[in-house]
Amino acid sequence: MAKAKYRPEFIVQRDDEKCIRCQVCVRMCSNDVHAYYPDTVISDSFKCVGCHFCEDLCPTGAIAIRRSEPHIKENYHWSGTDVYNIIKQADTGGVLLTGMGCDRPYKDYFGHIVLNASQVTNPSIDPLREPMELRTFIGGKPEVVIIGKSSEPELRTQIPPQLELETPIMFSAMSYGSISLNACKSLAKAACDFGTCWNTGEGGLHRDLSPYAHRAIVQVASGRFGVNKEYLDAGCAVEIKIGQGAKPGIGGHLPGEKVPEEVSRTRMIPEGTDALSPAPHHDIYSIEDLKQLIFALKEATRYEKPVGVKIAAVHNVAPIASGIVRAGADFVVIDGIRGGTGAAPTLIRNNVGIPIELAIAVVDSRLREEGIRNRASIIAAGGFRSSADVVKAIALGADAVYIGTAALIALGCHLCQRCYTGKCNWGIATQDPYLTKRLNPEIGARRAYNLLRAWSLEIKEMLGGMGINAIESLRGNREQLRGVGLNEVELELLGIKHAGEAW
Amino acid sequence: MRKPKRIIIREEYCMGCRLCEVYCITQHSKSKDIIKAYRGEEPRPVSGIYFEEKGFVSFALQCRHCDDAPCLEACITGAMYRDESTGMVLHDRERCVGCWMCIMACPYGVVKPDFGERKVASKCDLCIEAEFPACVEHCPNEAIVLVDEEGERIYKEAV
Amino acid sequence: MTRSRYLIIGNSTAGVAAIEAIRQVDGKGAITVVSDEDVVNYSRPLISYYLGGRVSEERMAFRDRRFYERNGVTLILGRKAEELDVEGRKVVLSDGTSLHYGKLLIATGGRPIIPPMDGLQKVREGAFTFTRLSDAKGILGYIRENEVEEAVVLGAGLIGLKATEGLVERGVKVTIVELADRILANTLDREASAILERALGDWGCKVIKEDTISRVVSSRGKVREVVLRSGRSLSAPLLVIAVGVRPNLELVEDTPISYDRGITVDEHMRTSVEDVYAAGDVAQAKDFLSGWSSVIAVWPVAFRQGKVAGWNMAGREVRYEGLFPMNSVELAGIPTISFGTTTPPEADGYEILTRRDEESYRKIVLKENRLVGAIFLGRIERAGIFSGLIRDGIDVSSFKEELLSDDFGLLVLPAEYRKHMVTGEGMEV
Ligand SMILES: Cc1cc2nc3c(=O)[nH]c(=O)nc-3n(C[C@H](O)[C@H](O)[C@H](O)COP(=O)(O)OP(=O)(O)OC[C@H]3O[C@@H](n4cnc5c(N)ncnc54)[C@H](O)[C@@H]3O)c2cc1C
Ligand code: SF4
Ligand code: SF4
Repeated sequence: MAKAKYRPEFIVQRDDEKCIRCQVCVRMCSNDVHAYYPDTVISDSFKCVGCHFCEDLCPTGAIAIRRSEPHIKENYHWSGTDVYNIIKQADTGGVLLTGMGCDRPYKDYFGHIVLNASQVTNPSIDPLREPMELRTFIGGKPEVVIIGKSSEPELRTQIPPQLELETPIMFSAMSYGSISLNACKSLAKAACDFGTCWNTGEGGLHRDLSPYAHRAIVQVASGRFGVNKEYLDAGCAVEIKIGQGAKPGIGGHLPGEKVPEEVSRTRMIPEGTDALSPAPHHDIYSIEDLKQLIFALKEATRYEKPVGVKIAAVHNVAPIASGIVRAGADFVVIDGIRGGTGAAPTLIRNNVGIPIELAIAVVDSRLREEGIRNRASIIAAGGFRSSADVVKAIALGADAVYIGTAALIALGCHLCQRCYTGKCNWGIATQDPYLTKRLNPEIGARRAYNLLRAWSLEIKEMLGGMGINAIESLRGNREQLRGVGLNEVELELLGIKHAGEAW
Repeated sequence: MRKPKRIIIREEYCMGCRLCEVYCITQHSKSKDIIKAYRGEEPRPVSGIYFEEKGFVSFALQCRHCDDAPCLEACITGAMYRDESTGMVLHDRERCVGCWMCIMACPYGVVKPDFGERKVASKCDLCIEAEFPACVEHCPNEAIVLVDEEGERIYKEAV
Repeated sequence: MTRSRYLIIGNSTAGVAAIEAIRQVDGKGAITVVSDEDVVNYSRPLISYYLGGRVSEERMAFRDRRFYERNGVTLILGRKAEELDVEGRKVVLSDGTSLHYGKLLIATGGRPIIPPMDGLQKVREGAFTFTRLSDAKGILGYIRENEVEEAVVLGAGLIGLKATEGLVERGVKVTIVELADRILANTLDREASAILERALGDWGCKVIKEDTISRVVSSRGKVREVVLRSGRSLSAPLLVIAVGVRPNLELVEDTPISYDRGITVDEHMRTSVEDVYAAGDVAQAKDFLSGWSSVIAVWPVAFRQGKVAGWNMAGREVRYEGLFPMNSVELAGIPTISFGTTTPPEADGYEILTRRDEESYRKIVLKENRLVGAIFLGRIERAGIFSGLIRDGIDVSSFKEELLSDDFGLLVLPAEYRKHMVTGEGMEV
């Protein structure tokens, strides 16, 4: 009969001695896991996606969501997931979908890199006592700087437009549509309050977000949703999106159900229609085409704002980045294989692209070799989990990083990876008004701000330890890094020595 | 007259979990322990909240502690009274005779009949005993917040 | 002779409210309150609870002695204000004392109407009215002394039924005699009356309608029996006469102060004579619904009027917006709340919505899509919202269907109005 039952991924455990029948879980779960039956609460583990919302709300701690053991006889080659994916596909004939970033066990290079600290020969710096500069400028830097000779110092060189950030951490592109307006507001407000940038993604700029537009990097993607003159004028920088780490080479698809009135208005497409971002930009088939678009956008913004390009980290990332810089981009965004998404085919997400650590290193090296590193900033994205990851990325050569998943976790995300269902219990990846109100943007902004603050403090501590007092001095300073358990090729690509080797 | 602290309702953030009621009941129970209050105490206290929900809009409403409170004017026993030191409108269960004049008068409809031990009116006392309203403290989304006379937010940590 | 800035005649609902209001504005000006009753304070509606044994004498007060002390009020009890000289700005009491005033509030309330009945003048014991604590005490004493087991109550209005309730709670079997064809004819509609009447019956009370007492039979001064207009006679070892109250106008009758059914007052509760105010059951003030002036003898109205009078007497100008009849009573275990016009004249553009189920009856009266009256019987939760809708004159056309629904609440109100209510800081004065 070749028909198999799915096994629940999670087991919902309820401690009946603690359950007071308040039914908070029943009311709150958007997956309808819990139900009230005269004087008892029952749970259908099959429906549980493991978002832990009920567990966090249950006032008595009666609920525990546990991962269920695969019932399949797994072996080294066949994991339970592999088997169930096949069963699912045999049932539906469809592409497997998922959300968030790649979760496969590719080598975690950040986890194999360690940082340096000063001892005796050069003193470390106490960030609580001495100034510590995290201010970061994104944009092209001039070849030479000419200073006038008059008594007053005078800068003769015209500096290209810059983004001034108080910390080298920005919020990555997450469009209104893929995430809720409240989630956008939370990040936008936190970015403004802290003095960094957020990114509109390809969803346009909702009018409620205009108070935060002065720190918005506005994206121009292949769907060109919501792009017009006001949109370009509103933001502080423009980002052309070519690719995304979670799904390099493929386009985007926001289903019509996630295009209610407000989303439709912001994206400037009819309500309820699927918002399709084509895989390529249909006007870009070469670096020359890209150059045209870059300069069209610079022209449109009167050369007042940095214009950058975002690509997924793929095999040829270094030469591509070089071409982008030569095409006139003021910054290049590289999104690694761990980069998140609201929806992607599982197999693409898990198998296409390269780790961000390697990408940063090879791009930085390449641009240096070609003598054009100054022309553009490098922004790295994709899976940054902590301030240490950020420090390592900058030492490898990035100017700043984008955080997406980490920011959403600050807003409540528990990584259930079901963003594409639109049923996000935490009110983040959904447009359902019943769910979006669960994310109070005041709280969201406060938490996202706290995350920026905490990471920035930690970065200062680490810098101080290395005896460095400005993030500028860390950039591409690979001597501060050492590999642990990496082979020669890896060390060479990363441009770092193995732990144990002195300068 | 002193203006009382007030609970401001922000319906756009009410998720409809109704935890406010759970914590209100707990706070007004004998044991003040959530599990004991729910599983052991009879009669269970009535919550001071009217939870309203329709479609995706919901909110938890409790006594507004009006400046010019109609319930105070309507109460025939003086059970409903203004606490001079805090400005709150409070209710003395001992004096109450359950005539429901207050239910008739309150334009917010927030006085509830309590048919527990004795038939009396019941309403929000801003958790005067605990100094900080339990519903506000436990609202997971800050859909109900406490403000002072000037309308400034009061946080639990500050109390 | 004493002189006080504020003189208040009548120490009940309206009088007390006025004291509170005056003190909110003027913390010092001397206040004197005169009452012909000999009790520091008690709540009139509680006399039936007292009679029924549900409230002790100590608990009768709705403001205690300390209230008067705290507010620096000179209380003159057990003396009646007999003469008012508005030229000389003074009031003469039954013991001859004269009190001069700066501002005077007449809050003398109402007094029971006693319809003509043959033989009543011969009765010295056993016939009572029921508006004062002394009445309740009298009845209670009489029941005890004479081991009264049954009684006749004349009048099935609010007071009559409350007296009935108190008596039943004392184990007395009551027969109610009512001239109208139903009980509570002034406040309720036919359906609600019928429900309550049935409940009274279940409680062991008899209700005789469309009849009245024409003769009272007594022996040795004690009432024994009543003879009805229909000829029927009822054994009546106790008779309670409760056919209504009328404003207590004695004090103003020989003065230039105008009165109609009650003392007529303007929006500031001022009478036709300067510095003389009136409030409560004695006053005839603006009726919110009709716009005319009328006497609405219920507690919340008396309280509000007293407060408005107090504020204005002390110099804070506040307008009385007018109120409407409203009541909350529980009879035979059934809570009932009513507002405004509950039995509108037919046609005339009124719209009526009703709902009846096992444990409740609800009725809404609309005129031009605005609420003008309502009855809630059985389930009374959230009834107050309707009083707000009446007062704020809200157009209910957009949520008319919801008015009678089980989960009626603020949420069905137009978003703007609701937001103002729930987001705001309570009612603006
Ligand atoms: C038995 C009963 C039950 C009631 N139940 C309710 C109820 O459930 N709900 C409701 O809304 N209303 C009820 N009422 C009506 C309510 O009590 C009155 O509307 C309210 O008390 C009116 O207050 P007032 O201050 O105007 O007058 P009153 O309460 O009548 O007080 C007037 C006072 O002035 C005194 N006085 C009069 N003349 C003089 C004078 N010349 N000199 C000195 N003193 C004088 C009187 O003795 C009295 O103490 C009830 C009334 C009665 C009698
Ligand atoms: S019970 Fe109602 S009328 Fe009284 S203070 Fe509270 S909200 Fe105001
Ligand atoms: S029910 Fe209690 S609090 Fe309410 S009016 Fe009556 S006596 Fe006062």
